[in-house]
Amino acid sequence: MSVLQALDIGLAFLVFAVAAWTIFARGAFAATVGYVVYGLLLALVWIRLFAVDVALTEAAIGSGVTGVLLIGAAARLRAAETASDEKPLSGLTRVFAAALCVLVALALASVVLLLPDQGPSLAPLSMQKLPETGLGNPVTAVLIAYRAFDTMLEKVVLVLAVVGVWSLAADRYWGGAPGEARAASPEPTLAFLAQILAPLGVLVGIHVFWVGADEPGGAFQGGAILAAMWIIVMMARLTEAPQANAFWLRLALVAGPLVFLAAGAAGAIFAGNFFAYPPGFAKPAILFIEAFMVLSIAVTLPMLVAGPPRREPRQ
Amino acid sequence: MTEFLLATAGVILLTVAVGLVRILSGPGDADRLMAAQLIGTGGIGSLLLIAAATGARGVEDVALGLALLAAFASAAFVNSAAPAEAPDVADGR
Amino acid sequence: MSLVVDLFSIVAIGAGVFFFLAGTVGLLRFPDALSRLHALTKADNLGLGLVVLGLLPRSDSLLAALKLVAIWALVQLASATAAQLVGRAVRCKGTAV
Repeated sequence: MSVLQALDIGLAFLVFAVAAWTIFARGAFAATVGYVVYGLLLALVWIRLFAVDVALTEAAIGSGVTGVLLIGAAARLRAAETASDEKPLSGLTRVFAAALCVLVALALASVVLLLPDQGPSLAPLSMQKLPETGLGNPVTAVLIAYRAFDTMLEKVVLVLAVVGVWSLAADRYWGGAPGEARAASPEPTLAFLAQILAPLGVLVGIHVFWVGADEPGGAFQGGAILAAMWIIVMMARLTEAPQANAFWLRLALVAGPLVFLAAGAAGAIFAGNFFAYPPGFAKPAILFIEAFMVLSIAVTLPMLVAGPPRREPRQ
Repeated sequence: MTEFLLATAGVILLTVAVGLVRILSGPGDADRLMAAQLIGTGGIGSLLLIAAATGARGVEDVALGLALLAAFASAAFVNSAAPAEAPDVADGR
Repeated sequence: MSLVVDLFSIVAIGAGVFFFLAGTVGLLRFPDALSRLHALTKADNLGLGLVVLGLLPRSDSLLAALKLVAIWALVQLASATAAQLVGRAVRCKGTAV
């Protein structure tokens, strides 16, 4: 057995062990930390599977956005955990749920392990057509060129998620700001971290977005890193979350899907088909759409983490 | 040389695994939070070594992203645990 | 020349792994949360720095080498800050947070 194989087996075993621990952990916070660790280990697994774009997304979302979201939620649930005395799930329900999960996992594993060596795949064709899009990264080509409509709908789903989160507010808070007010004297360590990280993070986020045309990266990964930077600045209380009825906020939220849809409609006029790109003009159009997608994602994710409005709207 | 790099990546992952066993079972939330820190540092280390050994492209960007976001779990923990604390009088400012 | 580079990498990366091991031993053996935190953030950090040092001569371009140094600097920042934050939380609330 080569060193690489041993490493892969060890990594797989570690991922499995951490997942098992997360399921059996007591208390929401322990399970949350287990989940964050699991996500970081998965990023390593994606690298080993040569899916670097997915690894980048896993790293950015799993530790930055989802980690913060879950830890905040676990902290808020902690008070409710000790206060309520709800009945735990009956043994039979648990056994049934476990059996269902194991069945699905076995089905997926058998499908992957029984794949033929030269399975049916569109990969060669997509690599062949890549030069026409002007891109060097096939993942970006799939996302914005080959199945652009799907990606646009995903961005619409993000907007719907923010609307869903905002609708959890009490009636009198609708349109107000989520989170606490800006602190007069923010906690110095967090403030220091945010002040140093934020400019660097913005630089890295823009770099990851820009380089995604030819190397692993892309709009979603870049946007997620930018979102994480806004989240840490809000966590350090150096700035406060904007009001939900702020016009610039709502414009930024919908800018991505709107520009995407407009580009698709323009494709129908200028290139003969909905979401077609004019030949030779594909790469600039793609980067233009992606820039607005980055803006929307960078604004949507922190709004999801900030939660529903908790103060009355001013004005 | 690649064998050496992969072997060291494996050793680092092993130390991470052993450390995880200890701190995931540790009493108190602060211990568990250190798990995120441990996997962050160890994960970046083995990631860089595996990338150097297998020659995958773009892996430094993943490590850069992980490094940027390494302190987020701790920041979120501190933020949610102490919502409106009075400033520490022993700050010496 | 490449033999010298390889030797340097091996020595640096080996030292880095040694510090990772030392950090984990500290995690296992130290009695309370604060000292475990110290072992984790200082030793693992130094280990990563040595690993990065060993990988620097092997990088493809100047930009890649600069990225490696930036990664290490960011992890330094994150570790130091996390140590402060978690340590403060432990001190303010007792060890069983």
